[in-house]
Amino acid sequence: MYKILNADKLAANIYRMVVEAPWVAKHCQPGQFIIAKMNEEGERIPLTICDYDREAGIITIVFQPVGASTMEMAELQTGDAFEDFVGPLGQPSEFVHEDLEELKKKRILFVAGGVGTAPVYPQVKWLHERGIQADAIIGAKTKDLVILEDEFKAVCNLYVTTDDGSYQRKGMVTQAIKDLTAEGKQYDICVAIGPMIMMKFVCQLTKELGIPTIVSMNPIMVDGTGMCGACRLNVGGEVKFACVDGPEFDGHLVDFDLAMERQKMYKTEEGRALLKLQEGDTHHGGCGHCGGDK
Amino acid sequence: MADVLKKVPVREQDPKVRATNFEEVCYGYNKEEAMEEAARCIHCKNAKCVSGCPVNIDIPEFIKEVKEGNFEEAYQTISKSSALPAICGRVCPQESQCEGKCIRGIKGEPISIGKLERFVADWARENGIKPTPAAEMNGHKVAVIGSGPAGLTCAGDLAKLGYEVTIFEALHKAGGVLSYGIPEFRLPKDKVVAAEIENVKSLGVKIETNVIIGKSVTIDELLQEEGFEAVFIGSGAGLPMFMGIPGENANGVFSANEYLTRNNLMKAFREDYMTPIHHGQKVAVVGGGNVAMDAARTALRLGAEVYIVYRRGEEELPARKEEVHHAKEEGIQFHLLCNPTEILVDDNGWVKGMRCIRMELGEPDASGRRRPVEIPGSEFELEVDTVIMSLGTSPNPLISSTTIGLDTNRRKCIVADEETGQTSKEGVFAGGDAVTGAATVILAMGAGKAAAKGIHEFIMGKK
Repeated sequence: MYKILNADKLAANIYRMVVEAPWVAKHCQPGQFIIAKMNEEGERIPLTICDYDREAGIITIVFQPVGASTMEMAELQTGDAFEDFVGPLGQPSEFVHEDLEELKKKRILFVAGGVGTAPVYPQVKWLHERGIQADAIIGAKTKDLVILEDEFKAVCNLYVTTDDGSYQRKGMVTQAIKDLTAEGKQYDICVAIGPMIMMKFVCQLTKELGIPTIVSMNPIMVDGTGMCGACRLNVGGEVKFACVDGPEFDGHLVDFDLAMERQKMYKTEEGRALLKLQEGDTHHGGCGHCGGDK
Repeated sequence: MADVLKKVPVREQDPKVRATNFEEVCYGYNKEEAMEEAARCIHCKNAKCVSGCPVNIDIPEFIKEVKEGNFEEAYQTISKSSALPAICGRVCPQESQCEGKCIRGIKGEPISIGKLERFVADWARENGIKPTPAAEMNGHKVAVIGSGPAGLTCAGDLAKLGYEVTIFEALHKAGGVLSYGIPEFRLPKDKVVAAEIENVKSLGVKIETNVIIGKSVTIDELLQEEGFEAVFIGSGAGLPMFMGIPGENANGVFSANEYLTRNNLMKAFREDYMTPIHHGQKVAVVGGGNVAMDAARTALRLGAEVYIVYRRGEEELPARKEEVHHAKEEGIQFHLLCNPTEILVDDNGWVKGMRCIRMELGEPDASGRRRPVEIPGSEFELEVDTVIMSLGTSPNPLISSTTIGLDTNRRKCIVADEETGQTSKEGVFAGGDAVTGAATVILAMGAGKAAAKGIHEFIMGKK
């Protein structure tokens, strides 16, 4: 069992958990992820690592409930435990392997969207600890959904943008990128993490602007170790498994339309599970799939 | 009295009924049937069947005990050579191993060795008989990577010799292909697989799940920091292959590994489990091996009309005869000498069909099988909404790429000595599919056994 040492809510629909996982904490690097499973009947859910402490043997995860499994997960409290928690999975961010002196010369822009803000954090923190101050844009729908603002301020130059203008800059992250570059900022590389649609639009823009861009893909996964190919993507015309080859890829080579289609594969099954969870014993066939009261 | 030239028949679930459930197909022998079948054995002095068994079970001896009704003695005889008899009795291709060598098979049907082994193991489990652990520990620690058949066997053998053994498993459940690959209807998970793993644990073997060697910890760290004197790699060949044809990334195209993992490991067929599975109406399974049969029969049980699409003919099907027979009985349709060239996709990104081409068999290729050749102009379309690719698997490069000094060959398989399992790196041994590429459960067990002996000699020789 993997104990939850602290569970709190970062925003209306965003949850943070600190989990005891010594094997993961020992080796994880920015960019990697874990897979958690709540109990015997649970699904394996991939989540990017948001923070880690090697000495304490702990991992921080941040997630947004989107289906039945993650909604159930949001119910977990401090003191509860995950039956399974495995990692670190995937490749670390490329800069981890780069020559530090070369890296220091680079002007790096991070673009985070929604719950994607969480996986960006260990990256800017890692760089900050090595004396590299990157720029970061956090995009949220509205003021209440901006997360980890203080944490980010401590480790990078932060720009916050809200779709409705209720806090800081108004508009999408793409607008913020346009504004910053118009103000004369220049970047050698951009790292964008968020919903696929956001990463797609960031990549369209950075391609125009000539900024190489890395994205962190979040397709459907099962095992997360490369044995099934559920997470396969088309990157530059080649089939890649996000769990072992990624999750980070050259965003200008990713086929986002295909990735978004594939993400929808279990939509009906997910909807069915969600309805069952929400309606519980009162579920009488409203989902239109289960054949009604069994 | 039954015909002595024929096997005592084994009771099975009716094909029409079983096609709708995940219960075990074969019921196995009862006591009387087992004793009657055992009485057919002529107890050859120089028994050929033993040499046909990759772990060399003393077959005439255990069958003699069955004949006399001494089932516990029979179990202890088998246990000397095999750690997983309830599994092997079910999934070994006996026709090409022990039973293939049986003298009785020359004039009639060979002794049903597999079904007898299964009977003995099932009887032992139902009567709470466990294998005998080591009298005392020898103070040496060995790590085993992977809890599939190779790892479990190697760990069991080392534990019996007094070693302190820890198995590291990447998934949340032990068993490897026994848990995620082979379906419930051939190999019940709780009743058989979990019970046999408990037997290995009862020998003192520790199993740590959720540890990925190469990510959570490396082999070098296990040897240098964690106090293990030797490591056995039994990580299998779990990387699925795809064809590289157009449309292969469409929704509704799965690797057999994904499909079977969802259903077997994650129990997607059960309402009370959270993992979803795609319920296709018309499913094509591409391939002709045991995994293809398993995927096809699983899809059938989930309510689909199922086709096997295989580029060679019936004779060349690599699956066990028994499984092909079962698949046909259940209503799986075979499109033989036929190969997909493209997966047709609808506007929403879902599979709507598969374009195939008919094949004929040409000259034998390097593998000795006749090479399938396309017949020009013979393309046709098969209307399906789901495609399961079952083209084989290869070893995952994760361990070899993170272990300094571990040699692999061209096919990404770890290079290891057949007799001892020794790899290019001192103290590191390997066996099973990680070395041979995808093969059988019993061959993996044989390799695990050989490596246990190799590790024992290595550690004892160091002093």
